[in-house]
Amino acid sequence: MTIGIVVFPGSNCDRDVRWALEGCIDLPTRFLWHEERELSGLDAVVIPGGFSYGDYLRCGAIARFAPVLESVRFFAEAGGAVLGICNGFQVLTEMGLLPGALTRNARLNFICEPTPLRVNPGNCCWLKEYQESEAIVLPIAHGEGRYQCEEKQLAELEANGQIVMRYAINPNGSACDVAGLTNAGGNVLGLMPHPERACDPVTGGLDGLRLLASLRN
Amino acid sequence: MLDPAGEATRSAAARLGVEGVRSLRIGKAIEIELEAYDEITAQAQLQLLSDRLFANPVIENWSLELLEMVGEQLQ
Repeated sequence: MTIGIVVFPGSNCDRDVRWALEGCIDLPTRFLWHEERELSGLDAVVIPGGFSYGDYLRCGAIARFAPVLESVRFFAEAGGAVLGICNGFQVLTEMGLLPGALTRNARLNFICEPTPLRVNPGNCCWLKEYQESEAIVLPIAHGEGRYQCEEKQLAELEANGQIVMRYAINPNGSACDVAGLTNAGGNVLGLMPHPERACDPVTGGLDGLRLLASLRN
Repeated sequence: MLDPAGEATRSAAARLGVEGVRSLRIGKAIEIELEAYDEITAQAQLQLLSDRLFANPVIENWSLELLEMVGEQLQ
């Protein structure tokens, strides 16, 4: 099993994800430079946090046109497991693989802190190791994490059980306390918190470990 | 759609002593020079760029203003 990690100019959590997957879970990884198109041999793809292409224009807006993401789109549409963390979540919404958009935090501040969350795994393949309504803590680190979506669509997401992770205390003004969303198929997960920073008690708890390890089981 | 940067700036306007600022929104302006066969083609291309790249229709509205035509129309 090998996990692909997308690397854009400006990604900065790509090595953290590699460290978590290889160092903590013993899963081999392969970096996917943004110009690459070849995903064969990969069992899942992670789009990590950072500032893809400087996040100019809008977070994730330019990344959306990266050659590697054309392949990731086919991969996701064929049922492949795709995880977008922080900037990766923003990229997934810009690509339209997940609905809505992530906008400036309500109080305009960059927030970097451990955040209590509630998990409702539904059919999401990345969250099958978590219990229904399980309380966990993961670090967040973002300036643009306020989830916005049309009300009708939000109601649909809610009804379909696609809001798989919510803030227990809403830090950024996200609609419906959304911290993480999955697609209808449950194979694509986007979330603002950083599970890769919570895979070792020394660096921020262990609550992210089961998410990244879910693919191994 | 809440515009937190606009709201923050509006409250600063009051602190500066300018009362009566009822609403203030902050967005972006994009100046673009485009070569195209004719104006209709140019409009279509700008429409595509605005919808698919410059703005995210989930959170942003846009309008287009033609400032100047340079050179001759080829039609």
